[in-house]
Amino acid sequence: MRYQTDRQRVEGLGSAKDGTVEWWKQRLGAVALIPLVFLFIFPLLRSIGADFDTVRGIYENPLNALVAILFFITIMSHLRQGLQEVIVDYVHGKAAMTIALLANTMFTTLIGVTGVFSVAKIAFGG
Amino acid sequence: MADVNRGNRPLSPHLSIYRPLWTMVLSITHRITGVGMALSITMITWWFLALAINEAYFEVANAVMTSVVGGFILIVSLWALSFHFCNGIRHLFWDAGKGLDLPTAYKSGLAVMAGSVVLTVIGILVAKGVF
Repeated sequence: MRYQTDRQRVEGLGSAKDGTVEWWKQRLGAVALIPLVFLFIFPLLRSIGADFDTVRGIYENPLNALVAILFFITIMSHLRQGLQEVIVDYVHGKAAMTIALLANTMFTTLIGVTGVFSVAKIAFGG
Repeated sequence: MADVNRGNRPLSPHLSIYRPLWTMVLSITHRITGVGMALSITMITWWFLALAINEAYFEVANAVMTSVVGGFILIVSLWALSFHFCNGIRHLFWDAGKGLDLPTAYKSGLAVMAGSVVLTVIGILVAKGVF
């Protein structure tokens, strides 16, 4: 038991110091993804099964590249938030949860940066 | 006095206690599709990386994506994306405080399921070059 009155605890917003900001960021990303998913998926669906030069041509187009980069950034942040919610709900124990949350951040950052880097390299004609 | 009995309180009944309901099934499907698409985006990112490296590597990634197993994963992923997309919009309406009553929630759930199938079919047709 901590020597803290209920009022002090409420005013201090608990040990996390925030809470609604994560919720708000997840919704912001979700709204941004509504147009981004459509803009990203059309050139992608056209690309699957096409030959190398055709697909390179699609992603050398600055608009397709820009959409793909924005999509990778937004989707990986959305995925990190979503997986974090699932981990917090289902993974028990402080050590296991900390490891899972770290792995989540590393995984989503790795995939996101790989996607952005790949598209940028193609778009810049490398 | 709120610290009394911390950590030794009765738990709410676990999920398996309840008879599965339509809205419950949709809710867990939203999570499953979300987590599952982590694999889809990993595969697609690998394909983009291969495209950035060279033609020989791209041929490998392309062969995997267009194989029977790859194609199956892509179609399931397309449905997962369509479902998560539609149900995500349903969640955004709820967040705005709209459509929270039970009859509307059931109906919007049906709309989400129908919409996910329609979007999947449209997606496949786009991939096949019909549109």
